[in-house]
Amino acid sequence: MEMPAPNAAIIARRDAIAARLSDAVADKAAVITDPAETLAYECDALSAYRCAPLAVVLPSTTEEVSAVLRICNESGVPVVPRGAGTSLAGGSMPTADAVVIGLSRMTQVLETSTEDRLIRVQTGRTNLSVTGAVEGQGFFYAPDPSSQLACAIGGNIAMNSGGAHCLKYGVTTNNLLGATVVLMDGSIVELGGPMGEGADLDLLGVICGSEGQLGIVTEATLRILPSPEGARPVLIAFDSAETAGACVAAIIRSGILPVAIEYMDRPCIAATEDFCGAGYPDCEALLIVEVEGSEPEIDEQLRLIREIAQGFDPLEFRESGSAEESRRIWLGRKSAFGAMGVISDYMCLDGTIPVSQLPHVLNRIGELTAQAGLRVANVFHAGDGNMHPLILYDANAPGDLERCEDLGAEILRLCVEVGGCLTGEHGVGVEKRELMTDQYAPADLEAQMRVKDVFDPQWLLNPAKVFPLAESASRREARGQDAA
Amino acid sequence: MRPDSEDDLSAMIRAASGPVSITGGATRLRPGEGQGARIDMRGLSGITLYEPEALTLVVRAGTLLTDLQAALAAENQMLAFEPDPREGSTIGGVAAANASGPRRVSAGACRDAMLGIRMVTGEGEIIRNGGRVMKNVTGYDLVKLAAGSRGTLGAITELALKTAPVPPVRATLQLSGLDDAGAIAAMTTALTSPFDVTGAGRLTDGTVILRLEGLAGSVEYRAERLRAALGGRAGIDTAEGDEDFAALRDDAALGEGALWRIVLRPSQAGAVLAQLPGAHVVDWGGALIRAAAPAGWRPDLPPGARAVCERGAPVTLPETDPMVARLNAGIRAGFDPRGVLQGAA
Ligand SMILES: Cc1cc2nc3c(=O)[nH]c(=O)nc-3n(C[C@H](O)[C@H](O)[C@H](O)COP(=O)(O)OP(=O)(O)OC[C@H]3O[C@@H](n4cnc5c(N)ncnc54)[C@H](O)[C@@H]3O)c2cc1C
Repeated sequence: MEMPAPNAAIIARRDAIAARLSDAVADKAAVITDPAETLAYECDALSAYRCAPLAVVLPSTTEEVSAVLRICNESGVPVVPRGAGTSLAGGSMPTADAVVIGLSRMTQVLETSTEDRLIRVQTGRTNLSVTGAVEGQGFFYAPDPSSQLACAIGGNIAMNSGGAHCLKYGVTTNNLLGATVVLMDGSIVELGGPMGEGADLDLLGVICGSEGQLGIVTEATLRILPSPEGARPVLIAFDSAETAGACVAAIIRSGILPVAIEYMDRPCIAATEDFCGAGYPDCEALLIVEVEGSEPEIDEQLRLIREIAQGFDPLEFRESGSAEESRRIWLGRKSAFGAMGVISDYMCLDGTIPVSQLPHVLNRIGELTAQAGLRVANVFHAGDGNMHPLILYDANAPGDLERCEDLGAEILRLCVEVGGCLTGEHGVGVEKRELMTDQYAPADLEAQMRVKDVFDPQWLLNPAKVFPLAESASRREARGQDAA
Repeated sequence: MRPDSEDDLSAMIRAASGPVSITGGATRLRPGEGQGARIDMRGLSGITLYEPEALTLVVRAGTLLTDLQAALAAENQMLAFEPDPREGSTIGGVAAANASGPRRVSAGACRDAMLGIRMVTGEGEIIRNGGRVMKNVTGYDLVKLAAGSRGTLGAITELALKTAPVPPVRATLQLSGLDDAGAIAAMTTALTSPFDVTGAGRLTDGTVILRLEGLAGSVEYRAERLRAALGGRAGIDTAEGDEDFAALRDDAALGEGALWRIVLRPSQAGAVLAQLPGAHVVDWGGALIRAAAPAGWRPDLPPGARAVCERGAPVTLPETDPMVARLNAGIRAGFDPRGVLQGAA
């Protein structure tokens, strides 16, 4: 992965910068420069790419974040915001001249109001623990990325994360009402408001999904929802990908809105069966469809889904009859990534396509993969067209990673070609930066970069992410001159 | 001026030497908007793609809202955010105003249904953002910025929208005789219950209405349970129509004078309701108050609440924080460096 050369002048001033940063935080141990300790911050979950940062700061309050940013801004030092480091796109990977600001100490719940159906938290708090804070009162926070045990709300906001349940409840941006944001110059702004409506333009909407490039979100007001009375999945097995795809379309077309429709293909099923023995049927493709509500409601929805599925001659229609059966239906799906990791190295793609293109895209992925001499397993959120083809390769075989990356890029371009996009939930980061020109024309990217100019005129926040290096070069270089 | 293509529109904006206003049906202009030369977007109309099985639709901005709704109805689908229909209103105007009706409490606002846009900026540049798929995190989300931007960032020429199935059955629970606190409490009970309430408001005559939608057996079950949760006092109406919620959403009952739109937390609604000088409706379970008021009247707002006078003298409360105002101005300058787009919807 090509990264811009770090600014040597900044690296030479490391000790002076670290000393100033220590003055900005109450706890001196919150500034870390010891290479043994910064090791943990060298990369995120895209661990193929790593780099030691200049320093790491772990502030405890919005004011400390503000003070740290003010210093970095004055000194022209790049900053990389970091939640839990579970980004799969290299979004929180540092550069050698950058200070990582980690939010891991900022985990407080600041307010809950079930009456107003909201919770306000510091953004270092993990996704799952937000639900944990309100489930006793019969509420939950809807966006549920698979990484929810570890990932932080700040990272979710920066990446606009989604989860299995977003078919019904939407992604982060649909559940975010307000945010306290510290801009690169240290100023603190409150965005959003009741019902998410802020003053004038929807700045909250553009902060969400901006991959830590516009400001550091230190507090967030999130919409919470009353928990449904219950939920129940069914597993439907098919002898072909096409039929499974057609069944997805028919379910959505019928007007039933399941909370999740997940898809797995044969290679993926085989791997998970070896891994955790969930007892999935022998088939080419399977769907897991989950519906919610009270018992009579669930029965009614499942009856309709059964009727629809029957039109596609499924090999099996397995309806859960108990909590244990529900767990087993989800077991293979939830273990899919771990299971694939046991049999092979793999690269996880994250393209999104219009659901109507599913059969075509699956076929084409098969062809491209065969041409490349690699193997692929498919597991994805079928209801919203967010695909996660896993390309299997051997990290120790020379040239395999490069072939895998080329194939990955080709598959993502295919997604764009059929009307989809490069990333549905993981973000662009450093990983898909150079592919942005496949989805967006120069004017489209220029419009996005002008927004960055407004929030962060020196281009110091999370540099070299999202925008192709060539397209952002002049802006980043202007910064380099200031710092030297 | 009435362009009939994006290129045409781009040329017009480039050629503009003074202020222009982008208008659809000009049905949602606020006081002070619509200055300068009008560019009428209604020449750019028509649905360009509709995939009911993917719940997505792409439509040109000048398309009449009623035409769009008819096309959706033919497939038994709808716009979940339930924009209020105004004679001549276009979907571009709805998007530029982020117009959202009662179902916003459950299904989100117009901005939440907007998946992608094409737009001509104040420089005449044609740009695209987002796409036509439900999930997309490729680059910055300028779609949200455009939603509610009231024609000040550019002219939206085409938008991709998420559609929703029309629920087969609907029931409305009605409660009358409640005071302000009782009304808010009833709506809160409904919206904090697990019964999937898709609308909760109070009409000008004081009737609280709560809406349940979905499959027949399920609606019946939830209506009974919700009624029990409300102490058994609610009447249940399972009539086909949705007149109650149309009345909640549309302005008719609020007369002709100044009209305030106040957005706040439901827990704060009581304090504002107590001040209101005249006819008003409550929507979004207490988070939205729309109130008629004499000229010169202003609400005394609780912390965090916002109010706009939508008809009458232009007032927005509270004043925007200077730093946030600077960001807004900076973004406008980025999209419209010459400052020709005066705003309209
Ligand atoms: C096993 C696994 C499963 C996953 N499943 C999903 C999934 O189902 N859906 C999904 O959407 N994603 C998924 N992800 C990706 C990842 O978990 C999400 O992108 C998550 O939101 C990242 O959160 P984080 O706190 O770890 O952020 P980090 O990795 O620390 O940072 C991610 C980005 O956010 C920025 N950032 C972090 N905190 C802040 C802040 N406070 N203010 C401003 N910017 C900030 C960073 O600079 C970076 O650009 C998965 C990852 C893994 C490893």
